[in-house]
Amino acid sequence: MTESDGWRRLHPVSPVVRAGRAAIAIFFVLVPIVLRGGGSLRDSYIQLGVVAALAALGFVNWFVTRWRIEGDDLRIETGLIRRQSLRFPLAQVQAIDIVQPGLARIFRVAELRLRLGGASGGTARLAYLPQQEAEPLRARLLRLATTGETAPHEPEPIEERVLTTVPTLQLIASIVVSDVGILVELVFVALVVTALLAPAAAAGIVGGGAAELIAVATLVWRRFNQEYKLTVAAAPDGLRLRSGLVALNAETIRPGRVQAVRLVEPFLWRRLGWCRLEVDLAGRQKRKGEGEATRGQLRALLPVGSRALAFELLEHLVPGAPQPERRAPRRVAWKSPLRYRFLGWGRTDAAVVTMTGRIRRVTVWVPLEKAQSLRLVEGPLQRRLRLVTVHVDTAGRALHAALRDRDRAEGHAALADLVALARAARASAPP
Amino acid sequence: MLEPDTAWRAPSPRLLTLRRLEVGVVALLLSAGLFALLVSRSVAIAAIVAAAALALGAAGEVVAGRRVRSWGYAEREEDLIVRRGVLFFRMSVIPYGRMQFIDVTAGPLERAFGLATVRMHTAAAASDARIPGLAVDEASRVRDRLAELGEAQAAGL
Repeated sequence: MTESDGWRRLHPVSPVVRAGRAAIAIFFVLVPIVLRGGGSLRDSYIQLGVVAALAALGFVNWFVTRWRIEGDDLRIETGLIRRQSLRFPLAQVQAIDIVQPGLARIFRVAELRLRLGGASGGTARLAYLPQQEAEPLRARLLRLATTGETAPHEPEPIEERVLTTVPTLQLIASIVVSDVGILVELVFVALVVTALLAPAAAAGIVGGGAAELIAVATLVWRRFNQEYKLTVAAAPDGLRLRSGLVALNAETIRPGRVQAVRLVEPFLWRRLGWCRLEVDLAGRQKRKGEGEATRGQLRALLPVGSRALAFELLEHLVPGAPQPERRAPRRVAWKSPLRYRFLGWGRTDAAVVTMTGRIRRVTVWVPLEKAQSLRLVEGPLQRRLRLVTVHVDTAGRALHAALRDRDRAEGHAALADLVALARAARASAPP
Repeated sequence: MLEPDTAWRAPSPRLLTLRRLEVGVVALLLSAGLFALLVSRSVAIAAIVAAAALALGAAGEVVAGRRVRSWGYAEREEDLIVRRGVLFFRMSVIPYGRMQFIDVTAGPLERAFGLATVRMHTAAAASDARIPGLAVDEASRVRDRLAELGEAQAAGL
C-alpha cells in the first residue's frame, strides 16, 4: 500500500439530488402546509413528520458515507447499522462516466460512475461530488487505472480532437423515422382519427392506455435526451463522449476495452444513407430475473450519421476493420429468405465482422483478442442444407459475432482459423 | 476442421444407465398413471393409452441413448473442446485462459451413480461449456487440470 488520501464525504446536497423528483414533489407539498399554518394542524404534523423522517434518513445516509483512494483501490464505506465497506480495484475499471441529472446541474454537483469488468463486476457510484472536482478526480482515477501511479499531481491539460457532433435536426429526424418513432406516430394518427370520429372512444383509449403511452414517450424522450449534441472527441486516454440536454453525460471509452461494435441500418435510414454506431463494453452479465432492458444497453457512439463518418469512428475502435465480403451460399435463401440478402462475414488477423438482419441491417465487429469462447451450432434444418453457424462470444453485454448459415466445410474451417487467430491475438495483446 | 490433438473423451458409461433409468421410470409411471385414470371408463382405451405411453418411452430410450453418446470433450494444448447434441449439434471451444471459474456439481441421482457435472464459466454469458456424467475422480481431475491451466494462461478481459 502506497500513500492514501484521507476519508472524504460526498457533497451535502447529495440526498436532495438523489431523492430527485420526490424532493421536488415534497417541496411542493411542504410549502402550502407551512404557508397555511393553523387550520388542520394535526394532519400537517403527520405529513411533516414523514417528510422529516425521510430527510433525516437521507442525511444519516450521507453522514455515514465516506470514500477514499487507497493505493490501487477506491474504497467506499456506507451504512449506519449494517456497515458496508466496498473496495473497487481500479485496475478492473472499464470506463468512468460523469452523470449529471437536471437537479444535479442546478446544485452544481455531478455523479462519478465507475464501471468494472468481470462477471461479478458492478458499478461504483460516487453520488454526488462538487461539479468542479468531478473531472479532475475522473482523470486521476483513469490514470491510476491505466498506469497505477498514485501521486495526485496536477492533471496536465489533455488536448483532444473533436471528431463529430450530432446535428440536432438530424437527431430529431432520425427518431421520427426510427422504429419507435414510427410506432408513436401511427398511434398518434390513429388517436387523432378516432378523436375526430368518436371523441368518447378516444377518451377511453387515452384513459386506458395512459401508462403505455407515457412509457413510450419516456423511451423516446430518454433517447433524445441522452443523445442530444452527442460529441465524440479523440484524446490520448480514449474516445471521449459528451451528450445530454437536461441530464449531462460524459464518458471515456478506453482503447482496448471495446468488446464489440455494432453498425445498425434500419430500413428507412438506409434510404437516407444513415446509420447508427454502438459499442459494447465489458460489464455486468445478465443475472436471473433481470430483463432485457438492463442487458441490452449499448453506448451509442454515433446516434445517427453517414456511413463514412461511422467507418471513420470505427477505425478508432477496431483499426483495420474488415468488411463482410464473404456472402452466404445461395441455398440459405431457402432457410432465411429475408436474411439471405445481408448475410456475410469477413475477417482480418485481428478482428472478425458479421452482417445479418431481416429488415434492418446489422453489422457487428469483434476484436479477436476479446473472443471469450467459440461455438459451432448445426440445427436440424441447417443439417439438411449442409449449413452451420459459428458464434464468437464476447464479455459484452449484448453483442457477439455470429457467422450465420455458412457452408459446413467453410464453417468448420472458419472455427479452426478463428480459434488459432484468437489465441495469437490474445498472446500479443497487452495484459 | 478442428481436430483434437488427443482422442475425444466421453462421459462415464454410467451416465447412459442413469439417463435410461430416468426415461424408463418416467414412462412407466406415466403409463401406470394413465391406466389407473382411464380404467374406470373403459379398459380397452386405458390399455391403448398406456401402451402408447410405453411406446413413447421406448422411443425416448433411443433418443436418450443417442444424446448421451453424442457428448464428447477433448483437452487440447490451449483450449478445451466440448461437443454435444443430436438434433442441434454444438461444438464449443473454450480457451483455458478465458475460464473464470469451474463448478463441479452432482445432484442426488448423479451422486447415487458416482457421477458429477463439470461446468466452465467465462466472462461471456453465452459460452456454455459443461460436461455431464463424469465419474467423480475424473471430474475432479478435469477440474484441477483446467484450474491449473487457466491460471497459467489467464488473460485480461
